[in-house]
Amino acid sequence: MKKLMTTTAAALALTAGMAAAEGKLVVYHWFEYIPQEVLDKFREQHDVEVVMDTYDSNEALLASLKAGAIGTYDVAVPGDYMVQIMAGEGLLDTIKDGELANKGNILPQWADPSFDPGRAHSIPYQWGSTSFAVNRDVFDGDINTTDILFNPPADLSGKINMLDSQGEVMAMAALHMGIPQCSTDRDQLKALNDMLQEAKVHWASFNSDTAKEVLVSGDAAVGQIYDGFAAKAREEGANTEYAFPTQGYIVWMDNVVLLKDAPNRDNALKFMDFLLEPENIAAVTNYARYVSGVDGVAPFLDPALATQPESNPPATAGEGVFIQVCDQATQEVYDQIWTNLKK
Amino acid sequence: MAGGAATGGSSTSDTYAEARTWLLLPAWVTLGILVLAPVTMMLIYSFLTKEFRGGVIWEFSLSAYDQFFFDRGLFGDDPPRIEWTYIQIFWRSIWQAGAATLLSLVIGFPTAYFIATRAPAQRTFWLFLVTIPYWVNLLIRTVSMKFLLRDQGPLNEALLGIGIISEPLSIVNTNVAVQLGLFYSYLPFMVLPIYAAVERYNFTLSEAAADLYASRWTVLRRILLPSVKPGIIAGCILVFVPSMGSFLAPDLLGGAKNFMIGSLIEEQFKGNAGNWPFGAAASMILLTLVLIILLIFARQQSKAES
Repeated sequence: MKKLMTTTAAALALTAGMAAAEGKLVVYHWFEYIPQEVLDKFREQHDVEVVMDTYDSNEALLASLKAGAIGTYDVAVPGDYMVQIMAGEGLLDTIKDGELANKGNILPQWADPSFDPGRAHSIPYQWGSTSFAVNRDVFDGDINTTDILFNPPADLSGKINMLDSQGEVMAMAALHMGIPQCSTDRDQLKALNDMLQEAKVHWASFNSDTAKEVLVSGDAAVGQIYDGFAAKAREEGANTEYAFPTQGYIVWMDNVVLLKDAPNRDNALKFMDFLLEPENIAAVTNYARYVSGVDGVAPFLDPALATQPESNPPATAGEGVFIQVCDQATQEVYDQIWTNLKK
Repeated sequence: MAGGAATGGSSTSDTYAEARTWLLLPAWVTLGILVLAPVTMMLIYSFLTKEFRGGVIWEFSLSAYDQFFFDRGLFGDDPPRIEWTYIQIFWRSIWQAGAATLLSLVIGFPTAYFIATRAPAQRTFWLFLVTIPYWVNLLIRTVSMKFLLRDQGPLNEALLGIGIISEPLSIVNTNVAVQLGLFYSYLPFMVLPIYAAVERYNFTLSEAAADLYASRWTVLRRILLPSVKPGIIAGCILVFVPSMGSFLAPDLLGGAKNFMIGSLIEEQFKGNAGNWPFGAAASMILLTLVLIILLIFARQQSKAES
């Protein structure tokens, strides 16, 4: 028996060795965010073994890298504000001029974003919005207002799921109150704290991982959610509508970054170039139901995406805003408000 | 404990007397690496200065403990008052874990007694049945529990069907759901030690007591329960301790609306706050609390034995 196991192990090692003929690529990615076909295609094209670990929030990614995982992974896919934080923490490598053949494919509006000037460390992956979806069987009134989350009508009270994510809840709350995201005004902060305490009475749960499932199952009638997840919930049979509040909504962009001390830097750059080819990134979009930041994807996209209500804000929609990065003193007040909310 | 076992073994242990240090080395190394080193690290981290967005600065600081015990207001410049937030979170966790332990005991004791009083050949079968759900991952069991308890789930459908209730009970996202989840997660840890104790129990003692006109209640209270007490205490500890630090059940079944100790600590490392020293301090306080509870149990047990 033991001998058999040794032989099997040796055989496995051999196959793995053959697959890794041209080396390896270690990806650190969100859960449920890249179709296996795209990874397979990259592996075949470049003869590179692809290994992927997943995380469930930007903060979890940062925590893991700071706790010593830096040097293990080649690329990761942080959101906009997290790119800025990671660059500030020295966790990102710089992409030198000319290292990416397809850098020109990036759409002009995403070529020089505020969170990564000149795209020194990152390329666009997908972008979309965070707002909320409402079950139309339960409520048929106007949903394009943040009141649905923070001051809901009686029909929806007690049936609301919020994302278990400080950044997204706080940014939405700031839009609701019409105050800056990193406010230092004490009256505004106290009012924000009080407003959240009152709103919490109406909330059933905080959950990010099952944000889509609670809408599909009907456990929640309102769910704070990303646009692509809302589209998937609708496709899975939930009679939900995604809201674009007049007060504004959150816009985010996830980006593929080159990590510091990447063990397979060349393959990481190949992977980035691969994801800048319209056909490949379109396959990601078709799967994740968001929007890419690459030019020329149109011919490869699922036609249904063009009319997908979650990606087409109505004229009444407020402005889409990125989550802002606050300085330490300000952030500590927001952390305290979050703890108060969940104590 | 290791020493007690070795001295009890008389001549056999003498055979290995010289090699004893070497034979115990793997155990000490494992304990050192897996228990002592992490706890020491945690202790040190809890006295360091927090680095913004996770990590520590190697400067001594008491601010993690200060944050735990003193409330300085939203902006950190009010005069310090006693901070009730975290005490409240700890109290809530103790209460939830206590309720789950009690529930496990009430269901687990009769179950264990039932199994231990079957014919020997049947016992294996019943024990096997108790363990079957635990072949499935804890996360999946907790999610399944949520599906059972939901407003439109089988439990509510059944109760509505037989007409006991007219409106579905909202159990999910309440403390009751958390307690049920914890109870279900750790029930075998209650059943198995009690089973072991009842199985060793000499039933002729019950018969003798009955012959001396003891009622069934008296037999249970004065003869059986004292005899199987170590099993009950072991079961309670095994359910209570992991329940206290659990975060799956509170997050999934309780809706994560209120921190429990486990989720509070997780938030310090994985969440936005990124406050490692505070997470370490909260862990140390939890550890101290658990140790105190264990010591009380241990003292009671040694008193009962002497």
